[in-house]
Amino acid sequence: MAETLTLGKALNEGLRKALENDSKVLIMGEDVGRLGGVFRVTDGLQKDFGEDRVIDTPLAESGIIGTAVGLAIRGFRPVCEIQFDGFVFPAFDQIVSQVAKMHYRSAGNVKLPITIRIPFGGGIGAVEHHSESPESYFCHTPGLKVVSCSNPVDAYWMIQEAIASDDPIVFFEPKRRYWDKAEVDTSGSPRSLWSANVVRPGKDVTLISYGPQVKTCLEAANAAESEGHDLEVIDLRALSPIDWETVFASVRKTQHAIVVAEAPVYASLASEIAARISEECFYSLESPVMRVCGFSTPYPTSRIEEDYLPDLDRILDAVDRSRAF
Amino acid sequence: MQQSVQPSEGPELVQLLTPEGERVSHPDYSLDLTEDEYRGLYRDLVMVRRIDTEATALQRQGELGLWASLLGQEAAQVGAGRALTDGDFAFPTYREHGVAFCKGVDPVTLLGLFRGVNQGGWNPYDHGFQLYTIVIGSQTLHATGYAMGLQRDGSDGAVMAFFGDGASSQGDVNESFVWSSVFQAPVVFFCQNNQWAISEPLERQSRIPLYQRARGFGFPGVRVDGNDVLAVLAVSRAALARAREGSGPTLIEAFTYRMGPHTTSDDPTRYRVAADLETWKLKDPVERMKAYLSRGGMADGDFFATVDAEADQLAAHIRAGCLALEAPEPLTMFDHVYAGGSSLIDTEREQLATYLDSFADAGSHGGH
Repeated sequence: MAETLTLGKALNEGLRKALENDSKVLIMGEDVGRLGGVFRVTDGLQKDFGEDRVIDTPLAESGIIGTAVGLAIRGFRPVCEIQFDGFVFPAFDQIVSQVAKMHYRSAGNVKLPITIRIPFGGGIGAVEHHSESPESYFCHTPGLKVVSCSNPVDAYWMIQEAIASDDPIVFFEPKRRYWDKAEVDTSGSPRSLWSANVVRPGKDVTLISYGPQVKTCLEAANAAESEGHDLEVIDLRALSPIDWETVFASVRKTQHAIVVAEAPVYASLASEIAARISEECFYSLESPVMRVCGFSTPYPTSRIEEDYLPDLDRILDAVDRSRAF
Repeated sequence: MQQSVQPSEGPELVQLLTPEGERVSHPDYSLDLTEDEYRGLYRDLVMVRRIDTEATALQRQGELGLWASLLGQEAAQVGAGRALTDGDFAFPTYREHGVAFCKGVDPVTLLGLFRGVNQGGWNPYDHGFQLYTIVIGSQTLHATGYAMGLQRDGSDGAVMAFFGDGASSQGDVNESFVWSSVFQAPVVFFCQNNQWAISEPLERQSRIPLYQRARGFGFPGVRVDGNDVLAVLAVSRAALARAREGSGPTLIEAFTYRMGPHTTSDDPTRYRVAADLETWKLKDPVERMKAYLSRGGMADGDFFATVDAEADQLAAHIRAGCLALEAPEPLTMFDHVYAGGSSLIDTEREQLATYLDSFADAGSHGGH
């Protein structure tokens, strides 16, 4: 059954499926109930599943994650919403020291199947703390798995797969793509959560990206085509662990790699990807792995965010430099 | 005007047994046990103290890297621990050896963390006793979440969250108060106020008595003599009953004293005076119960000798068990990082295995 859904609505449908399929699934967060979330991702769920399963929590992020830990110890599958990327840090201790380590510390006796949904990234003209890309912190934390969807089809399936996972998963949602639409076949079956997706095949340069920048990369690839460059675009989907085989196979083919992400470039996930490609594809590379990322500044004020964010021109500039190397 | 954070000996402090071992009554709390049960509590106190003494000795002899002594807090922990029933779940700090004993955790398994062979050797579900939590206060939120789970399961169980006076300053503890209050979660907050957060006195954490904080969050707080096992048991039972009947959380402040250092790495002579320790020795929780049993004719010299002999056996068991706790194999560091496995972990495990094997070929092993 195919229907046209926005990315936000696809998440909503995926959450609804998860709530229907498993009575242990709970949704908790600030404004997720009566309001349906500030982005309406949980719209209508409290009405249909009740206040005990779709919980409007007090306004304290550490409390959201900390109580989710206790609920998970009791056998529930909490899906926690952190309202905006920049608000995850009050919960950072619970995520890094408790959520990530519990299964390890308990020698596998205690599972914490917690999904932490975080709308992330910029480009919506927001005030400070509403446009950040904190994924590298979580990728750096052993015990967490980290994923990001880039389109409505993945949003629908990936959220369900994340909730079904017995591991804690930080689920990054590209907030500026919430209103993008696509046909979603809800009767199909999902691609593995841990596989990257070659969303555009090409032979000259590999663009490696995830979340909101996948669309930007596809736009860049279309523009590059008219200039005679045939770009391959990989949507990583899983950020930790990464499906390296798909990445390496592409880079060995194209011999050029550019990583595109919004997060500040220094010591970022993009840096890890560049390092791994250099280690594993050294003899295939015709140019150094390049990174087109956010600058190493705090996220700037919204009137100049377009100069901070990777865009079509910066990506094409890197493509030119890579091929001319 | 600032209130003293120290308790007066008035009705504010719930006490059923004086430091001299004399039974006293309290208008709100009573306890009527059989003689066997009174003797059982004494036995618990002696065993718990012995666990602590033996572990401290093992640390001094180099068999443990660290030990967090509970000396002086035996009555607080036994009183709370014996109030818990089988369906209840406890969320401890790293000092709850007495609660662990009451919940049936073999003391040897408590040592793994301190010997460096594991990060908590017991299965929390076997005992209703979660792993020790070292980050201060984090477990109070876990306890609250677990209690919310009990509500959703329709269970009549309850939860007890353990923490100390220092933790009362943590955001997580205050958030857990908010959460449990607004959701009326069946959780009892059991604060052992041992008056010292390493070197910082209670006055650095609070300008009011800790139990009074509960009022601002919308639930009752009670201060109990933490060296009086009978009072702690009575107060804990009442709070757990209140939680079970759906009336929400209670904060219990068990007023006690950390007789030893914060841990074996600490030196309390740098920050507190010896006279305090002498004062608190007169309130010793074990001696108090012993005096009560003797005064009431409930126990004689034979009984006390039998308990001491049993404590000797427990100490021998702990010592032998500790020495038998072997360091795990290096490759086990990759076990249980994820429930569902990870390609990254698989790759790194293989890398380390290959590296270690390269030494085996040369006739040695593991680079040792």
